[in-house]
Amino acid sequence: MSSDVLLFFGTFLASAVEAVEALTIVLAVGVVRGWRSTLLGVGAASVVLAAIIAALGPALQRIPISTLRLVVGALLLTFGMQWLRKAILRAGGYKPLHDEAAAFASGRAEAGSAAAATGGTDWYSFTVAFKGVLLEGLEVAFIVIGFGSAQGKLGLAVGAAAAAVVVVVAVGLVVRGPLERVPENTLKFVVGVLLTSFGIFWGAEGAGVEWPGSDLAILAVAGFVGLLSLVLTRGLRRGRQTVRATEVQA
Amino acid sequence: MRYVVAFGRFWWNFIVGDDWRVAAGLAVALAGTWTLAHHGVNAWWLLPIAVALLLVGSVLRQARSGAA
Repeated sequence: MSSDVLLFFGTFLASAVEAVEALTIVLAVGVVRGWRSTLLGVGAASVVLAAIIAALGPALQRIPISTLRLVVGALLLTFGMQWLRKAILRAGGYKPLHDEAAAFASGRAEAGSAAAATGGTDWYSFTVAFKGVLLEGLEVAFIVIGFGSAQGKLGLAVGAAAAAVVVVVAVGLVVRGPLERVPENTLKFVVGVLLTSFGIFWGAEGAGVEWPGSDLAILAVAGFVGLLSLVLTRGLRRGRQTVRATEVQA
Repeated sequence: MRYVVAFGRFWWNFIVGDDWRVAAGLAVALAGTWTLAHHGVNAWWLLPIAVALLLVGSVLRQARSGAA
């Protein structure tokens, strides 16, 4: 039960973060060049992503659960540690924060300077929207398939991702602009902790380990990874402040 | 051929990312866990320790190179 809640929570947050980034790209192109071709690109990318999940999800569930958890755990670990590392470096001041307003402005400028459409379909809008949604969505598809198949809850993972997309699009329609105020790095930090924790849990289980406390161990693992990440972030911030203070004195 | 290389590079960046040492370390830790588990040692502790060491090492390495 606790792992189901974490699975839903992790998939929802990861999907929301990627949906915010995809929304920024789609809005920038749609506002400047019109919505018809842009939405066609979004639709085509969504069909490709749904096909990937529909084909790979059930196929993976035929693999023995221990092998599946070992492979999915390893992939989630490498993938999750990338998210976590970048989020820690951003929070520590060693990497710039992702700025949706700047991304939107740069997307608008690029869309405005591209050649105007000549036929019925604006292929620039279609391609940018398609590529943006597909690339951001691939990470979501990867997480949905990984979480869903390793836990045997593909429907729950798909539901969480769909709910996140609906929420982000609805908020985007209300705000009528990019979602600049979403604390993206905090969300990425939490998602990185969850992906890494599930990677540790399933990777070890797939390798033949029995966790003390069974499924409840995932909570302890998440607590351990979360605490370690917070301590690392705090250490980086202190180090950054010390470097700056030394520079000012010099 | 160009597309095959680009395809391979995409998946490498997607999964391994910018620090291959983390991926290599995780592979060693998972292999170690598997080996111990199949020799009767319930090594649930190995992967959390490995992740902690790899994460700290990778973050500090990148912070140092960023600060330099």
